[in-house]
Amino acid sequence: MSMFSPETLLVLSLAIPFAAALLIPVFHASPNMREAVTLTSAVLLLITVINLVPVVLAGGSPEALTFKIVDGVSLGLKLEPLGMLFMLVAATLWIINSIYSIGYMRGHDEPRQTSFYVCFAIAISSTMGLAMSKNLFTLFLFYEILTLSTYPLVTHKGNNEARNGGRVYLLILLSTSMLFLLPAIFITYGVTGTTEFTAGGILAGSNVTNGVIALLLALFAFGIGKAGLMPFHFWLPSAMVAPTPVSALLHAVAVVKAGVFTILKVVIYIFGIDTLRMSGQADWLIYFASFSLLAASVVALSQDNLKARLAYSTVSQLAYIVLGAALATTAAVQGGSMHIVMHAVGKITLFMCAGAIYVAHHKTEISDLDGIGRKMPFTMFAFFIASLSIIGLPPFGGVWSKWFLAVGALDAGHQFAVAVFMISSLLNVAYLMPIVMRAFFRPPKGAKPGEPIAIAEAPLFCVIPICMTAFGCLVLFFAADSIMDFIKLIDLKGPAASAAISQSADTIAQLTSGGVSNGR
Amino acid sequence: MSVGLLTSVALAAGAAQAAGGHAVAAKPFILTEHLPILIVVIPLLAAALTAMLRNGRVAWAISLAVSWILPILAVMLILQVEEKGIISYALGGWAPPVGIEYRVDIVNAFVLLIVSVVGAIAMPYALRTVELDIDEPQRAWFYAIYLLALTGLLGMTITGDAFNIFVFMEVSSLAMYVMIAMGRDRRALIAAYQYLIMGTIGATFYVIGVGFLYVVTGSLNMADIALRIGPAFAESSPPVMAALAFIVVGISLKLALFPLHVWLPNAYAFAPKFATVFLAATATKVAVYILLRFYFSIFGSAISLTDLPITEMLLILSIAAMFIASVMAIYEDNIERMLAFSSVAQIGYITLGIALANKSGVAGSVVHLMNHAAMKAALFAAIGAILYRVGTARMSELGGIGRTMPLTMAAFVIGGLSIIGVPGTAGFISKWYLGVGAIEHGWWVVAFLIVASSLISIIYIGRFVEVAYFQPVSEASEKGSDPPFSMMLSIVVFTALTIYLGLDTAWSGQLAEKVAAVLVGGLAQ
Repeated sequence: MSMFSPETLLVLSLAIPFAAALLIPVFHASPNMREAVTLTSAVLLLITVINLVPVVLAGGSPEALTFKIVDGVSLGLKLEPLGMLFMLVAATLWIINSIYSIGYMRGHDEPRQTSFYVCFAIAISSTMGLAMSKNLFTLFLFYEILTLSTYPLVTHKGNNEARNGGRVYLLILLSTSMLFLLPAIFITYGVTGTTEFTAGGILAGSNVTNGVIALLLALFAFGIGKAGLMPFHFWLPSAMVAPTPVSALLHAVAVVKAGVFTILKVVIYIFGIDTLRMSGQADWLIYFASFSLLAASVVALSQDNLKARLAYSTVSQLAYIVLGAALATTAAVQGGSMHIVMHAVGKITLFMCAGAIYVAHHKTEISDLDGIGRKMPFTMFAFFIASLSIIGLPPFGGVWSKWFLAVGALDAGHQFAVAVFMISSLLNVAYLMPIVMRAFFRPPKGAKPGEPIAIAEAPLFCVIPICMTAFGCLVLFFAADSIMDFIKLIDLKGPAASAAISQSADTIAQLTSGGVSNGR
Repeated sequence: MSVGLLTSVALAAGAAQAAGGHAVAAKPFILTEHLPILIVVIPLLAAALTAMLRNGRVAWAISLAVSWILPILAVMLILQVEEKGIISYALGGWAPPVGIEYRVDIVNAFVLLIVSVVGAIAMPYALRTVELDIDEPQRAWFYAIYLLALTGLLGMTITGDAFNIFVFMEVSSLAMYVMIAMGRDRRALIAAYQYLIMGTIGATFYVIGVGFLYVVTGSLNMADIALRIGPAFAESSPPVMAALAFIVVGISLKLALFPLHVWLPNAYAFAPKFATVFLAATATKVAVYILLRFYFSIFGSAISLTDLPITEMLLILSIAAMFIASVMAIYEDNIERMLAFSSVAQIGYITLGIALANKSGVAGSVVHLMNHAAMKAALFAAIGAILYRVGTARMSELGGIGRTMPLTMAAFVIGGLSIIGVPGTAGFISKWYLGVGAIEHGWWVVAFLIVASSLISIIYIGRFVEVAYFQPVSEASEKGSDPPFSMMLSIVVFTALTIYLGLDTAWSGQLAEKVAAVLVGGLAQ
């Protein structure tokens, strides 16, 4: 048991990384102490977050820091299982990424490392806040802080390319959120008189017309630009000018997952999945997300820059989760939630590999990677494993989330979505496997046949985290059951609805998904 | 005109007469009963005192003391109003509506607070910048003029007499023309002259409007006019309409409603740095208050707003201001002028809330009076600090200024985020009220336009941020370093206020809602 009350733990989750951001500049002059601050706070954060798990497992939803700002606008934290899951992922990967950052930033002798770690800590703090948001306003607040705190990270290099990338990044993320998300919040408040996340959805009980639901869904789907739904995805490739640890943790995990997490949260707690599905207003989003899913994969095929290819792959994988939310069946939403975890671990591995290659050999283009697997066997083997997980092959974690998503699509009667998932998996193979093949089966350029190739790995601080997350992909395959148990704690129906709707097709959906996980 | 003369008599005699009038003779002098007159007379007397001084530092110290006393009085007034309701203070013991009445309710108590707090925070900033901008022989006069401007603004706000407003309007405007003209840049003279012409037209229009009201109602006391204007309108509407037209156009000139804003950018850009900070945060706000008063408490209380052909006009001009002025800001190289255009756009938000005329919308306008004062003061103070150190406010010459003046630029970034309306800053709170107000009114498109226009500010704020942080340090920027403590103090307090008002609106938001309730609650159906 924890020595702190759950409420205190919530505040600590927000405060620890924030305190780190304040403390890091103090040790500007001694980099070792500075990194010790980052690592210590990362460990403390994970301990704090883990201590919250039993509370959620026991069905608790602690609240903290609630205070009214104006009528209808209050700031507050409230923990629920989906946010808990997101926090666990982000806190765990922050530790690993921090170790990796030390290797990368020092190995590469990057300038302005202090401000790098400060912004990073603020970004993590706002991710925690976002995951614990009690209402749309709090979520919006942390959403914007996350955008702003990552802008200096994206533009870290300080050259023209970074400036242009930062421009696109900031303009797309800020303008979508202000132009669509904020009016969506206004309208939600105007229609329901509240913005609190409520089990079963706050639009469920109110007599909103289908037109309003359709409008709100469009505003949310495009307003949450971090979810990378086409056509507002191109901030993500632009963000790749950032140092790789940023791309790895923020643009494969924290920022983009904050986007899809927000979408799931809105669908579950604002619309209510039943309300959304029965309104029939989400159908267009199913097609939109499907298009985004396939198109991004196709674009990924054509990218020679490794990080750009991974970025488009991320856009595609995010669309899985948006699609899951749009399907709005129990299994689909649960699959989408699980995909947050599975994709995070896989994609951070791939990005860290890309960064390791850059640190060790200054290679960024895939066409230059011939034989790199022989020089960097650990890194590229990890890349291979993570690729398999992203593709969705057993025995790696990625298979389960895709499975549940497919089941959810069948429940919703959208067989074509299943086809989309399958085509996409093939495309994943097509854009990830050639990299592995090239790395292992082609001789390095300029190498004489028969001559042994010396191993030249990235610094240990880079390689160890990569191996850890690659191993994580394997562990997740076996842990899927307990993750699913946890996800099932998310109250998708709300108190009132459970009796009325349980007779409907949803029971079947639940049985199907339950049967699947039991029969496994 | 007799009432106007009475004003000057009353002012000249000051507090002594107020205290020694007939009614008071019977009972002892109680300070708190005379707060309404003290808040005007203290800066007025201090102005006279500093005008006789020759030492700038002493004049500054007196101004500082006065500026720090006034917010205390304003808070005491708010507490009194909260406790006892409307305060009616008969100037010189002459009972209203014949005598001049100082009438304090929650609406103008709130505005008094804004004006006095801005003056208090800005005063430390004056010390060094005035030493740079004004030659020693004139420094004490400059402070005297500042105190006169302050007197005028506070007087306009507190008085309950329509003609008395005109008198104080002239006091404050004349003082402001002088303050602007004292700028180092020779273009300051032209700017002051331009403002003088436009301001005089505005004041004239206003007084013509008041004349019409006097003809139809026979009164100059605003509360009295409000009672009498309904029957007058029923009897014959043209003179009332004419009064409305003259007053609204006159005040719109003063508050720089687009397209009557042309005097504003140069006036802000070439005035002494301290004058820019003070005027940008207060002058237009008081004019907005006068508009609120006439629109809601006088015309709106007697006549249904749907009968007054002004809502559409305000709506269209507000939206035009929000977009056109913002776009103009993008094309400005001089950052002070850029911020001035941004002010015109922000005034558009304020008048938009007035056009919405529902509780949330008006609360948005009212809270934006305070929020915009804080953020714009922070921005102008930051740019003033750059000018102080580097001598230029041209963006093209300020490459890399973020490296040499880190704290100043950090303040600018925070102020800029508030202009954009990022949550966690004061700007967001205003936008929230306005957005909700627009939705409640059923104008969903307007809600969309509010957020869309704020996107334009990302471009002009972002442009300078990029210049400041991404360009190599320019020749001019190399001279930069964060300003002296006294200036930094004002910058930091304004910036902190910008964030504080964005997070904790326990009193500012509630106060604004109360103000809005008073204004909208009095509307005729």
